[in-house]
Amino acid sequence: MYRYDEFDERFVRDRVRQFRSQVERRLDGSLSDDEFKPLRLKNGLYLQLHAYMLRVAVPYGTLDSRQLRQLALIAEKYDKGYAHFTTRQNLQYNWPKLKDVPDILDLLADVEMHAIQTSGNCIRNVTSDQFAGVAKDEVEDPRVTAELIRQWSSLHPEFVWLPRKFKIAVTGAEHDRAAIKVHDIGIRILRHAETNEVGYEIVVGGGLGRTPMIGKVVRSFLPKAELLAYLEAILRVYNAEGRRDNKFKARVKILVHETGEEEFRARVEAEYAKLNGPTVNAPEGEVERIAAYFAPPAYETLPERSQALETARASDPALDRFVEQNGFAHKVPGYIALTVSLKGIGEVPGDMTDAQMRAFADIAERYSKDELRVTHSQNLVLPHVKQDDVPEVFAALKANGLATANAGLITDIIACPGLDYCALATAKSIPIAQAISKTFADDDRQREIGELPIKISGCINACGHHHVGAIGILGLEKSGVENYQITVGGDASENAALGERVGPGIDADQVPGAVEALVSVYLRERQGSERFVDTVRRAGLDPFKAGFQAFVSGAGQEAAE
Amino acid sequence: MTTTTILIRPEGQVADEWSVAATAADLSLVEGPAIVPFEAIDAALAERRNAPLGLHLPNHVAIDAVEPYLTQVALVSVAFPAFSDGRGFSLAKRIRRAGFTGTLRATGPLIADQFADALACGFDEVALPEAVAERQPAEQWVEARGIVRDHYQSGYEGGTSILEQRRAAAAAKAEGSHA
Amino acid sequence: MAEAKVNKKGPKFPVILVANDLLDGEVVFAAKDGGWTPEPGKAAVADDADAAAELEARGQAEFKANRIVDPYLVEVRIAENGMPVATHFREALRQKGPTVHPDMGKQAEYDVPA
Repeated sequence: MYRYDEFDERFVRDRVRQFRSQVERRLDGSLSDDEFKPLRLKNGLYLQLHAYMLRVAVPYGTLDSRQLRQLALIAEKYDKGYAHFTTRQNLQYNWPKLKDVPDILDLLADVEMHAIQTSGNCIRNVTSDQFAGVAKDEVEDPRVTAELIRQWSSLHPEFVWLPRKFKIAVTGAEHDRAAIKVHDIGIRILRHAETNEVGYEIVVGGGLGRTPMIGKVVRSFLPKAELLAYLEAILRVYNAEGRRDNKFKARVKILVHETGEEEFRARVEAEYAKLNGPTVNAPEGEVERIAAYFAPPAYETLPERSQALETARASDPALDRFVEQNGFAHKVPGYIALTVSLKGIGEVPGDMTDAQMRAFADIAERYSKDELRVTHSQNLVLPHVKQDDVPEVFAALKANGLATANAGLITDIIACPGLDYCALATAKSIPIAQAISKTFADDDRQREIGELPIKISGCINACGHHHVGAIGILGLEKSGVENYQITVGGDASENAALGERVGPGIDADQVPGAVEALVSVYLRERQGSERFVDTVRRAGLDPFKAGFQAFVSGAGQEAAE
Repeated sequence: MTTTTILIRPEGQVADEWSVAATAADLSLVEGPAIVPFEAIDAALAERRNAPLGLHLPNHVAIDAVEPYLTQVALVSVAFPAFSDGRGFSLAKRIRRAGFTGTLRATGPLIADQFADALACGFDEVALPEAVAERQPAEQWVEARGIVRDHYQSGYEGGTSILEQRRAAAAAKAEGSHA
Repeated sequence: MAEAKVNKKGPKFPVILVANDLLDGEVVFAAKDGGWTPEPGKAAVADDADAAAELEARGQAEFKANRIVDPYLVEVRIAENGMPVATHFREALRQKGPTVHPDMGKQAEYDVPA
């Protein structure tokens, strides 16, 4: 993985000194509260419902064990012994004190980490495929591109005061695990149909939030060397023309929508034609320099399948189930990637204690080439595990409460922090996830239902990605109580689709029952090996609406009795 | 543009030689270099004053509309209605790209932490409302500007980028190994 | 600055004043004794517009002095034990701490509204 050189090191240290100075100037009154707020946000520091919250960047979701141990240390020393992995592959501390934040940033810099631009109206942490460098269907490791963009976007002189936040995702695989179509810019690495040259497809104007939209292809093939100049052209058009009169209409998706896809493309291309590409693009050698850090680790030459693992699986049903559900095929024979669920039944999605972080760091160091990944579904991944080692890894995970075999299943729920922590939330999110998780705790039942991503947001800003959940749940306030709207049919993959409402909003305690009703419709309607989302697509919304309505009426009747 | 401003340049606070005229007619009331708003620039140019002219622009103006005037004025001022409105940075970049070599001024309530970025985008100076300057005197601007010493982006003012420095270092190393 | 989360016509009394401590972020309440308290039970309760205006003025002064941020009035009812309890679920949650972590926040340290 990427390592800081002297320039990166100096840059991050300078940034810590800058933030320290900003805090001092806020406290002595040089900076007003209105001035300080965006400055602290651009360094990941929010003021939430109970306390400050610090969001640490995990660039494209890649960490090593040393970094995870440092994150555990910060959790122990400056927080309440835990941290939270987010839907953008980052990590949040819920209880830091402003006076401690500069010291926390120094500790992060010690392990080549930072909190730069994890919030604010600027280019946010670049996200990517959690199976980068692992997946068989990959054209190229997307992290090389993501790292180049991380550097280019850090403290950009021109694009730090954009109309609104700006999120970029990169995938290098055919199957999109980075949800590029619902990002401000989505980048897909592909091969040119005729020349076989590797380049980029550039998608602009996707996003969730108040007005969910699927991104539009603005360039179907961009030569690799031209990336930064092309990004500069898009960002300059957006910075100059994006709406600033209404924050709900300020994302680039609205500009693309209101300008029209064709006209927006024309403006980007006109800007691109004017700018001097070679002065902007990465100089020769820089991409190669970065790429060298992402060279594959030293794998052993092994047979395709491990006899030891097969034998162990045959005698241990729990291990067998874990590998079946959480295993991901590795491109190198004899290896496997393992999803490590942070969604134990009834637990807070994405939370990890400092003890778990340390234990997991040991496991990653010993069994996964010292590397781990954070997924946008708030889980972790051990990317390079020798199949022979899986029984030992499983035992170590189990000993630390990290061996839940539910990756992608109905209890693998994405949930934003919601009203339990977030100052913007209109309703609680985590307790809904916990209640659904307990309702569907039975392993056999989960397995029968199969892949069913549930995504929950506690407000319209959609940090829980509810629009692209096969079942999406949005918590709002209605007449002084929490109220939940349910959608079905959302999909964040290359077949991106936005979910549709199945009926009126319901009370919190009705949500698990409503999900059961929708699952019953699915189990009744499904054909062959259809996933939930496939059945919605084929059978349409009506049976789900009917099932939901029947549940709501029944529940109403019960309450009346 | 009627608020009292102080002028900050990389070396610190400096005297402002420019006056502001709200209309072309007001030009007769001011002596020496004068800045006029975009709506008044045609009339101001037609007056053929002897003293230099400056042009004040809203941050949403299209560069194509501005370009014809860039060879006729000595100063361009870009309005920052709020420090959080970053349009002026992109406009500055486009004004420089169009070949403007005169003084480029950011006018409005920017904050010290934006000084380095403003200079990188092509500004020479910031005309800051007095009320902001009272909290953030020029010394803070000079200091804030120097905290982050390098930047990754190529094609901006303020020294070679990290990417270019890396390339130079690699080239020097290769050179050394040949010798 | 957060806008007061109260009715546009003005709040229903009684109210308390809530804010965050600038330096550590803790939720604090304008206290009966004139300072700030992290304890929900020690919040000063204003029963009428004059008393509320006094609390707000205190909030503004302390905001300007860079001691607290985001001060605003919160509507409460007085529980049987005499404690002011926010009537809105969001503010009630803020008086206690995260529901998913009863071991954290004010509920772990102080007497909080039931």
